[in-house]
Amino acid sequence: MIVVEQLKKSFGLVEAVRDVSFSAPDGRITGLLGPNGAGKSTTLRILYTVLRPDAGSASIDGINVVDDTLSARARIGTLPHGAGLYPHLTARENIRYYAELYRMPADVIEHRVQQVIDQLGIGDFADRRSKGFSQGQRTKVALARSLVHEPQNILLDEPSNGLDVMATRALRDVIRELKAAGKCVLFSSHVMQEVAALCDDIVIVAAGKVALQGSPGGIRERMQTDDLEEAFVRAIRLVETPA
Amino acid sequence: MSTISTVFKKEVVDNFRDRRTLLSALLMGPLFGPILFAFVINLSVKQTLGGADDAVDLAVIGAEHAPNLIAFLESENLHVVAGPESREAAIAGVAGGEHDVVIVIPENFGEHLSSLVPATVEVITDQANTQAERETRRVTRALYGYNQEIAALRLSLRGVNPLIMRPLNIDEVDVSTPSGRSAILLGMLSYFFIFALLTGGMNLAIDATAGERERGSLEPLLCLPVKRDALIIGKILAACFFMAVSLSLSLTAFHFSLKFMPFEELGMTPNFGPDVVLLAFLLLVPFALVGASLMTLVASFTRSFKEAQTWVSVVLLAPTMPILIVSILMVRPSTWLMLVPSLSQHLLLVGLIKNEALNGLHVAVSVGGTLLTGVLLMWICARLYRREGLLGL
Repeated sequence: MIVVEQLKKSFGLVEAVRDVSFSAPDGRITGLLGPNGAGKSTTLRILYTVLRPDAGSASIDGINVVDDTLSARARIGTLPHGAGLYPHLTARENIRYYAELYRMPADVIEHRVQQVIDQLGIGDFADRRSKGFSQGQRTKVALARSLVHEPQNILLDEPSNGLDVMATRALRDVIRELKAAGKCVLFSSHVMQEVAALCDDIVIVAAGKVALQGSPGGIRERMQTDDLEEAFVRAIRLVETPA
Repeated sequence: MSTISTVFKKEVVDNFRDRRTLLSALLMGPLFGPILFAFVINLSVKQTLGGADDAVDLAVIGAEHAPNLIAFLESENLHVVAGPESREAAIAGVAGGEHDVVIVIPENFGEHLSSLVPATVEVITDQANTQAERETRRVTRALYGYNQEIAALRLSLRGVNPLIMRPLNIDEVDVSTPSGRSAILLGMLSYFFIFALLTGGMNLAIDATAGERERGSLEPLLCLPVKRDALIIGKILAACFFMAVSLSLSLTAFHFSLKFMPFEELGMTPNFGPDVVLLAFLLLVPFALVGASLMTLVASFTRSFKEAQTWVSVVLLAPTMPILIVSILMVRPSTWLMLVPSLSQHLLLVGLIKNEALNGLHVAVSVGGTLLTGVLLMWICARLYRREGLLGL
């Protein structure tokens, strides 16, 4: 369960996030949707604690990300934008390294690493060095690495970037499985179709503010159109050209 | 398992598979020193010893005016050959490098000599030409010898003891031991060792921030529920490990290669046995912490791996500065100097090679001061690693 309240964050004179509030409940997939530069990545970075908010608060399972950073980090699995692997380590070693850093007990590590390898279908290349991996293979390993400690909350920043159709499908299946297991999944995207295909709840962000949030059906209704893309565009206009 | 040791282990495994690290840590550093050193030694042996008493051809203009002088020069193993036609041609020849040195004996030489007027002999040489220096020195020494001989002869003829012209008997007593003499040349060694040490950990130091950031692996790493201090300390210690490996390889390489260098011909016996190798390792290895932390610190300010490489290369030169200054000023080791990392290692190592007894206080101050500086730099790195700007957003 992720709760975000009136988040603000500036870089110098640039206000990346002005006012973002939403909540992402367990057992549901929540999509942060917005154009490039809307503040999606900054919001996620505050949630996974690499950035500190200027104002507002964010909590993970009730733990404030600023006050108790380490406990908050322990409850999340993250796939940052363009997450990189260590090229000289095999896929399995990359995942095991994270398992060790999560301080998982030594006797469960091997078993659990194998489990995520199976879950994400990495088996074929698990023991190859990750140097020559395709974008799809890299994303799978990076995701496996972030799931190895069985986090309750999963944060994904534009996970389908650079993936082909098959890899995107596989990724969606994994996300649905996580939802079925009662996890809280929050992911960002600028692709309307992807969000529409997956999400239970959509938070439309533009110019650092939440323009609209609700279920895909609810959003269509509020924007008075059957076309979700049209609804997206209308919602963004609401924020960017204040009446 | 603690975070520091997890990070350390991963960095070591990772870098043992990285050709770039292996090349610099296990090949470049250890081999570069001995090869360059052997080259320099051989060159200097050739320069200083290269046939000190071999017969040398000496171009003379006007040899016919001074047959006795010519006979004397021949007896000094200077083989007189006919020089250029004129003095002008000789000057041009020396300037152009055709001759190293030319002697000009004027027509009135014999006349002046017999009438007790100082007879001029011109030695034409190029002071800027280091190659000709040795030959010129031999020629002038021979001429002074002839000068002395004639003077003594003249005094004897007048019934005066020639020794009256020698009120002083100057006798230099050289107390330098063969090991001591080698120290000047071997002082260069400490820089090779520090260079080898630093190159060994260079890639890891860069990788800790600039490399991880460029690869995109820094952000997920920072999302993990671990203290950032532990991450950076693990990485710096891994860099120290590679530096220690590189240093020990370099020391071993020198231990073996020194045997094949012509030190005896230079009257030197470098003190570089296995026990010295071990001691030198123990004296030098604390510098790894300073080197690794300093390089990590410098790299953390850069935006890319390439940029980091440029700046970190500058760090390779930094430890030479104190060594260079001290070599020029000929400073003697003191307790205060032991506080300066790289300089203290250099001074201790030179003492060790000279076969001098190690000063316990100096060793303690050197090791303590260096480690303290290293810890301080590491602490600064850890502070920087906590910054938000680390990700370069």
